[in-house]
Amino acid sequence: MERNYMKLEFLSKSSNESFARVVVAAFASQLDPTLEELSDIKTAVSEAVTNAIIHGYEYGEGIIIVEAKIIDNEIEILVEDKGMGIADIKQAMEPFYTSKPNLERSGMGFTVMETFMDSLEIESKKGEGTKVRMRKKFNSLSSKE
Amino acid sequence: MYISVEKHKDNLLIQFKGELDHHSSEIVRQKIDQQYHDHGIRNIILDLRGLTFMDSSGIGLIMGRYKNCVEKKGKISIVNDNPHVDKILKMSGLLKIINVYPTIESAIENI
Ligand SMILES: Nc1ncnc2c1ncn2[C@@H]1O[C@H](COP(=O)(O)OP(=O)(O)O)[C@@H](O)[C@H]1O
Ligand SMILES: [Mg+2]
Repeated sequence: MERNYMKLEFLSKSSNESFARVVVAAFASQLDPTLEELSDIKTAVSEAVTNAIIHGYEYGEGIIIVEAKIIDNEIEILVEDKGMGIADIKQAMEPFYTSKPNLERSGMGFTVMETFMDSLEIESKKGEGTKVRMRKKFNSLSSKE
Repeated sequence: MYISVEKHKDNLLIQFKGELDHHSSEIVRQKIDQQYHDHGIRNIILDLRGLTFMDSSGIGLIMGRYKNCVEKKGKISIVNDNPHVDKILKMSGLLKIINVYPTIESAIENI
């Protein structure tokens, strides 16, 4: 059984968005993903990290934690902030819902994560922060026995 | 992220190169809106073929430019051949209101 783990902590600056998604993609590349799978992962991580920056830490910088676990041909990614939290998760997940239309947000972040990954779980408490957990299985043929 | 904005046959042609995310979209937005205002041209062509990455911040950026363009009674078109960008565009519903063409020439022909 293939197992691996990594953890990344960084400040909630928008310049770290590309840093975070590239690190996770590099970690995931040991599973021999296709270009499309890799780009799906990058996009999902970018959405979760961007949310932590602009929504979670709306009122000031904080630390974002990204963890990734590989178990066999599946990757599990956790993006966590200790920011303001989400009051209504169901509403937040609705396509096109955004609490910041003035910032030209599309409200499609969670929809992108849901579509590009196999599963999406959100845990959040108002005033305490948000955890976004996503999983994706790779269909690469070159599985390591 | 690099963008070039130029007047091309009565259209404002905007060509993207690099990664379009929340971080880069703010500067891109300012640059486009400034030029759109200064040139006084109505139609916009967004050439996304040079993008190596785009997330939902790109959707927000395109939607915002679409609104500005409609306000000026202009037409906005997209040029794209990148499957990743296409996947996001399809999901966003933008393709119902904006046409996508494989080349700048075909976009201009159809304006
Ligand atoms: N980490 C977070 N902390 C607090 N609120 C969040 C977080 N992530 C998402 N949200 C809330 O959920 C809404 C929907 O998120 P999303 O689908 O990514 O759309 P957008 O980012 O374009 O607003 C956001 O507008 C915000 O109100
Ligand atoms: Mg978002």
